[in-house]
Amino acid sequence: MIEVKDVYFKYPSGVEALKGVTLTISNGDFVAVMGQNGAGKTTLVKHFNGLLKPTKGDILVDGVNTRDTSIAKLARTVGFVFQNPDHQLFCETAEEEVAFALRNFGFEKDVISKRVTWALNLLGLTQYRQTSPFMLSGGERKRVALASVLAWDPKIVILDEPTIGQDHQQKEKLRQFIIQLREQKKTVVIVTHDVEFVAECNPRVILMSEGKIVADGNADRILTDPNLVTKASIVPPQIAQIFMKLSDFGLPMNVIDVYEARKILLDFIEGRP
Amino acid sequence: MSVFDGLKFRRVSSPIHQLDPRAKFFYVCILFVIAVMFSQLLPLIILFLIQIPFVFVAGVQREWLRSLKGASFLATIIFVFNFVFNYIYRVPYIGYPPPADLIEYSLAMTLRFIVLVESFSMFFLTTSPDLLGLALEQSHVPYEFCFAFTTAVRFVPVLAEEAQTIMDAQKSRGLELEKGNFLKRIRNYIPILIPLIVSAIRRSLELAEAMESRAWGASERRTNLYVLKLRKEDIALIAMAVGMLTLAVYVWLYVKIPYLTTLILL
Repeated sequence: MIEVKDVYFKYPSGVEALKGVTLTISNGDFVAVMGQNGAGKTTLVKHFNGLLKPTKGDILVDGVNTRDTSIAKLARTVGFVFQNPDHQLFCETAEEEVAFALRNFGFEKDVISKRVTWALNLLGLTQYRQTSPFMLSGGERKRVALASVLAWDPKIVILDEPTIGQDHQQKEKLRQFIIQLREQKKTVVIVTHDVEFVAECNPRVILMSEGKIVADGNADRILTDPNLVTKASIVPPQIAQIFMKLSDFGLPMNVIDVYEARKILLDFIEGRP
Repeated sequence: MSVFDGLKFRRVSSPIHQLDPRAKFFYVCILFVIAVMFSQLLPLIILFLIQIPFVFVAGVQREWLRSLKGASFLATIIFVFNFVFNYIYRVPYIGYPPPADLIEYSLAMTLRFIVLVESFSMFFLTTSPDLLGLALEQSHVPYEFCFAFTTAVRFVPVLAEEAQTIMDAQKSRGLELEKGNFLKRIRNYIPILIPLIVSAIRRSLELAEAMESRAWGASERRTNLYVLKLRKEDIALIAMAVGMLTLAVYVWLYVKIPYLTTLILL
């Protein structure tokens, strides 16, 4: 569980990135943090594993204040996958890369090799075990980075812009993967601009603008609210746009799911004389 | 990173910022030469004080102080090394306790370093990278070199930011930079350095492609929108620098500089 209590954060350069953020993320939640560039999304999630400490206010992760502990200790519970895999890959083989964090956390040798096999298998990378991460494609590198974090089985997983540079197939795999994580009762937090991806997943959405939370609720409510969407300068998902334009026909406005939309439209057509 | 903050240019306007970079560079070089000429404390103190009005006129006190703070660690090392090694070397002749002039000498060596740092920091704080490149170009340095130089200067903050992100990413994977003995701590930086170097190389290749696609080197003779011209103020600064050098050479040849400690005792 992550509790954010009235957090303010100011960068050394003087930019105030968070201005009084309060929020609770319960165990097993699936949260998407959204908002335009510079809204403070990444700054907020960097607080969750202690990379940044609030200038004012407190963050509690499972009841522990992030000020009172080290990043290494927090990272054991909170896995953070960065946006760009090139910012973390440095080993000679994918296997080594995945083992790196496990060694840092002091796992036993046989546990490490078991975990590495498990994580590589989970992300379909077993064939690249002995390949240099630098030889892999962008999507594969991203998966190695993800495997290197999931290997230590953190309770909370934070994904910063997981869909950037991924084709549709990879996105779908990612979505399945997140569903799988949720079945394991993990808390998943994603930071993203990708409204269509969020519409498909339908998580809880935290909408940020200028360092503040402007809305917090289910995706089908937030992403279909014209006022909120304008305020945070995001474009509603295409399904929502269609239903907004069809509002004269008395159709519901809060639809973002393709299958639900299809059903509503079919019912509507059949119901007409 | 604080040392680099003392070299980061901020776009403001002041009489110092408007000086010709060539004149400023000449002045800084003269300061450099004078600082190396003297190993006594008194002239170095004077050199140090001469620069303070410049800093205030340019309005860069805060950044300038930060560069001094960044240099303080190295300055301390210089002081300790000078003191300890000179003392060990001279102990058969002078015995215990160490004489005051030894401390004064070590202080002078430290101050020499600080004078060098502060003058260069002043130069970089008040000269925009663009003007610097222009000055190099007009001093008939080949354009390729000028370009490489300005690009390097421009990419320092970008790389610093990237290094920070990489550090965050590796810390999130349980890397503890401050853990272990001296050798282990150096090894801890490998996971930071490799991604940083790889991305710098990748970035430079991308930059090269972008330049090629914008017809880099297509014309033999490049012309510039702005042309640097020496103004009265610039000539005054150069004259001042020459005057200082002449005075310094005279003092160096004909005046015996007293030790500060003997002056105080008088």
